[in-house]
Amino acid sequence: MNSHGAAPLIVRERGQREVFCGLTGIVWLHRKIQDAFFLVVGSRTCAHLLQSAAGVMIFAEPRFATAIIDERDLAGLADVHESLNEVVDQLLARRPNLRTLFLVGSCPSEVIKLDLDRAAERLGQRHGPGLRVLNYSGSGIETTFTEGEDRALTALVPAMPSLSAVGEAPDFLIVGALADVVEDQFRRLFAGLGIERVAFFPGNRSDALPAMGPDTRIVLAQPFLSATLKALEDRGGRHLPAPFPLGAEGTTAWLAAIAEEAGVAPARFEAVTAAGRARAQKAMTRSRETLAGRKVFFFPDSQLELPLARFLSEELGMQLTEVGTPYVHRAIIDPELDRLPADLRVVEGQDVDAQLARVRAVQPDLTVCGLGLANPLEAEGLRTKWAIELVFTPIQGYEQAGDLAELFARPLRRKARLEALA
Amino acid sequence: MKLTLWSYEGPPHVGAMRVAASLKDIHYVLHAPQGDTYADLLFTMIERRASRPPVSYSTFQARDLGSDTATLFKDTVARAVETFQPKALLVGASCTAELIQDDPGGLAQALNLSIPIVPLELPAYQKKEDWGASETLYQLVRQLAGRVTPEEAAEARAALPGPSCNILGPMSLGFRHRDDLEEVRSLLEALGVRVNAVAPLGADPEAITHLGEAHFNIVLYPELARPAAEWLKRRFGQPMVETVPLGVGATREFIAEVAACAGVDPAPALALERRLRMPWYSLSVDSNYLTDKRVFIFGDGTHALAAARIAQEEMGFEVVGLGSYSRVMARPLRAAAEALGLEALITDDYLEVEAAIEAAAPELILGTQMERHIAKRLGIGCAVISAPVHVQDFPARYAPQMGYEGANVIFDSWIHPLTMGLEEHLLGMFSEDFEFSNDAAPSHLGHASHLAPVPSPASSPREARAVVEASPNIAEVGGQSLSWAPQAEAELKKIPFFVRKKARRNTEQFALDHGLGEITVETLYDAKAHFAR
Repeated sequence: MNSHGAAPLIVRERGQREVFCGLTGIVWLHRKIQDAFFLVVGSRTCAHLLQSAAGVMIFAEPRFATAIIDERDLAGLADVHESLNEVVDQLLARRPNLRTLFLVGSCPSEVIKLDLDRAAERLGQRHGPGLRVLNYSGSGIETTFTEGEDRALTALVPAMPSLSAVGEAPDFLIVGALADVVEDQFRRLFAGLGIERVAFFPGNRSDALPAMGPDTRIVLAQPFLSATLKALEDRGGRHLPAPFPLGAEGTTAWLAAIAEEAGVAPARFEAVTAAGRARAQKAMTRSRETLAGRKVFFFPDSQLELPLARFLSEELGMQLTEVGTPYVHRAIIDPELDRLPADLRVVEGQDVDAQLARVRAVQPDLTVCGLGLANPLEAEGLRTKWAIELVFTPIQGYEQAGDLAELFARPLRRKARLEALA
Repeated sequence: MKLTLWSYEGPPHVGAMRVAASLKDIHYVLHAPQGDTYADLLFTMIERRASRPPVSYSTFQARDLGSDTATLFKDTVARAVETFQPKALLVGASCTAELIQDDPGGLAQALNLSIPIVPLELPAYQKKEDWGASETLYQLVRQLAGRVTPEEAAEARAALPGPSCNILGPMSLGFRHRDDLEEVRSLLEALGVRVNAVAPLGADPEAITHLGEAHFNIVLYPELARPAAEWLKRRFGQPMVETVPLGVGATREFIAEVAACAGVDPAPALALERRLRMPWYSLSVDSNYLTDKRVFIFGDGTHALAAARIAQEEMGFEVVGLGSYSRVMARPLRAAAEALGLEALITDDYLEVEAAIEAAAPELILGTQMERHIAKRLGIGCAVISAPVHVQDFPARYAPQMGYEGANVIFDSWIHPLTMGLEEHLLGMFSEDFEFSNDAAPSHLGHASHLAPVPSPASSPREARAVVEASPNIAEVGGQSLSWAPQAEAELKKIPFFVRKKARRNTEQFALDHGLGEITVETLYDAKAHFAR
C-alpha cells in the first residue's frame, strides 16, 4: 500500500499542552443538532471558555449553558443533584421543545466524582419520555478539543433505535458533524452512485436516529471519532477505513472506498465524480501557485492534522516539516499515513515550549496553530493559520476543496500584499 | 449551582493572569488542566498581544490524578523559571487544581528559588475575575513593597525632587486602560506631578518594590486597585486620590484633588480644557434632541457610576436603569440609583439584565459586550462603556474614556448609535412610510438590526406592518381583561417603536386604574397626558 515503502515515524511527546478541552466541541455541536441542549456541569472557567471560544454569537441564543458549581455544592450544604434538578427545570421552562439534553461533565465535576450517569438517569425519568437525558465528559483532564464531539456522539449511540424496532438500517453510516451544505452535497453524490441507504450521524435531529444493522458500514467523515467508532462497532456495524474527504484526491479516495464496498461500477464512479473532481482541481489552482514548495508546520489541535498534511503535500505541493497531533489512532488514520512521506516527523502529544523552539529553528512559511499562539508567532515574523477555523468551516468534499486551500493560501497572499507595511 | 448562559466575569485566576500579563519580568505558574490554556487567547486575540502571556500551566490529565500532580507542578515551576528567568513568581491553582489541594505555594517555596514567590489563594467557587485581579495586585504589592520599611521609603521620597504619585489599577484587558493611562499622565505632567510607578501595567518587580516612595496613590479603577492602595496607605501613609476622572465634571474634580494632594496649582491642568469640545457639543442647539433620551446603564461599578453621572448631568439623558455586576460597588450604586429614583440592579445574571432592559424600554443602552447582544436582539442602540470587552473595544486609534479627551470620545461614541434629531422627527411624522420599517436602524449606521420582511410599496403600510408585528387586541392586565379598539390599536402603531411598548403598558394601566374595559383613541391620549412629565 505505502507508496513510500514505510510509514512516518511517530514520536510521542509529553509536557505543557496548549489545546482546548473537549467542551469546545459544544460550540459546533449545539448548532448541528437542533433539538438538543448541552448543559455543562462545571465551573466559571468552563462557562468562560465556551464564551471565549464561541466568540460573540449575537444571532441566536445558544443551545448551551453552564450549571456553575458553587461552594455550597462543594461543602455539601446543598444537595448537588437537587441543585441540578432546579437548574434543569429553569432551563426547560425557557426551552420547552428540547428532545435531548446532554449533561456534560467537566474537570471539576470529574474530580469531585459527580455521578452524571445517575443524574442523567434520574432526570430522564423526571422529564421523560419527551426528553432524553444523556451525559458525557468534555473535561480537559480526559478530552482534547475534538474528542468532545467523539464523547458526545458515543453518548448518543445507545439512543439509536434497534433494527427490529425500525425494520431497516442504512448500508452506510457517515459519522461526524458536517456542515449542512456538505451533507447535502454528499447525499447528491451518493444518489448519483446509486447508493440510496445512507444516513448521517449526527443529523439535525436527535430524535430521528438511524438503526445499526449487521451490514451497516461505518464511514468516518472526521478522524477524531475513535470512541464513537468502537460504540458503533459494538452495535453491529463494520468500519470502512478510508482517507478523509479533504481536497479533490481525499474526497475521491473516500468516495471510492464507499463505492467499491457498494459494488459501484468503475465507469459509473468516474462519471459521477469526474465533474466535482475537476471543479475541485480548478478551484485549487490559484492557491496551489501560492503554496507549492512552501514549508508548513502543524501544532497539535483537532486530530485533523494528518489528513490536512496529506492534503497540503499531495494536492498542493507543500513541504511538510513537523506535524503535531494530539493523538494518533492507527486504525483510523493509517490510510492517510500511507500517503504521507516516510521521513515526515509526526509528533503525538505536546510540549509547547519545546515545539516553539523547533518551529523557530525550522522557520516554516506557514504554521498551523491555536489562537493562543498565532499572534505571538506572527509578531516573530512567522505566518500562521488558526487551526480552529478548520473545524468551524465547511472544508470537506469537492466543492469546498478550493475554500480549504484558500484558508492556507490567504495568510501568504496577505503577507505578499502587505509587504510595504513590514 | 447556577444556570449561566453568558458571564460577565471569568474565574479569579483569569484576573491573576491579567495582572501577570500587565507586568514585566514576572511569571505566573498555574496548576491547571490542559483546557485552561484557552485563557491565553484572551490576551493574544482580544488584545492582539504580540507575545504569549507569561503563564505556564501544569496541564495535568486524568491519569496524573492517581499518581503525582504535585511533582508535575514542581517540575512546571522549575522549568518555567529556567526558561523565562523571571524576577518574581506568582503561583496558584485554577478551579480544578483547587479541588485536589496540592498547595502550589508550599510546593514552589520548597524549590528554594532565589526569587520572591507570591502564592495566590483565589477561591474559584466563590470569587470572580475582578476580585482575582484585585487580590493578586494586593498580594504582590504587600509582598514586594513590604520589603521596604516606611522609614526607607520616606528617605527615598525626600531625596527626589517634586511631588510624586503612583497610578494604580490599569491592566491588561481593561476597558480602554491603555489610553486612559496616557490621558491621566498628561494631566499629571501639566501639574508637575512625577509618576513614580504605574501598577500593574508595565511595572516590573523593582517598580512594585518601590511603590512606597511616592507621595500619594491614584486609584484609577477601584474594583482592581483599592485593596492595594489601602494597604499602601496603612504602611506608608500615602493618601489615595479616589475621584475617577470619567466625564468633564469628574475630571475637574480629579485635577483639584490631585493638586491638593500634591500641594500644587491646578491651573496648568485645567488649562488643558482648550482640548475639550464636549461641553459645547452638548450645549449646542442640535443636541436638544438628546434631552431625556432614555438610557439603561450596566457595567462594572466604576464605569456604571460614572456613566450615570455623565448621562444625567452632561448629556441631558434620562437614566431609566442603572446596574452593575460588581458587588463590591453595590453601595455607591444603590445610592446613585436612588438619587435618580431607581433601584440599582446588582446582578451577574445576564438573563436578569436582559429582562430589566426589556421592561425599561430604553432608547440607548450603555453596557458591556453582553449588553451588545441584548441591544441587537431588541433593536436598540448600544455603546460599550465597560469590560467585559471584545476585540473591537481595543481600537487602533487613541480612544480614552478618562480626562478631557475621554469626555470628547464619550460624547461621540454615545451619540453614534442614536437616531439623529431631524431624522427622528421624520420617523415620527411619517411613520407609515413603507420604507420606515419598525426595525430600520439609524440610516447612518447603514444596516438593519433585524431581518424583518421588507414590505413592498404595493401593499398598504398597515397590512405590511401587520406582518411585522401582529399584536393581540385583548390584553390581560392585573387579572382583568381589556380590549383595544381597532382604531386605538392603529393609533398606537403610529407611536415610535422604541416607546410603543411603554405607551401600551401605560395606557393599559391607565384604563385599569379608571375602570375602563375598552381602550379607545381617547383613552390613549388621556393616558399620554396623564403620564406626561
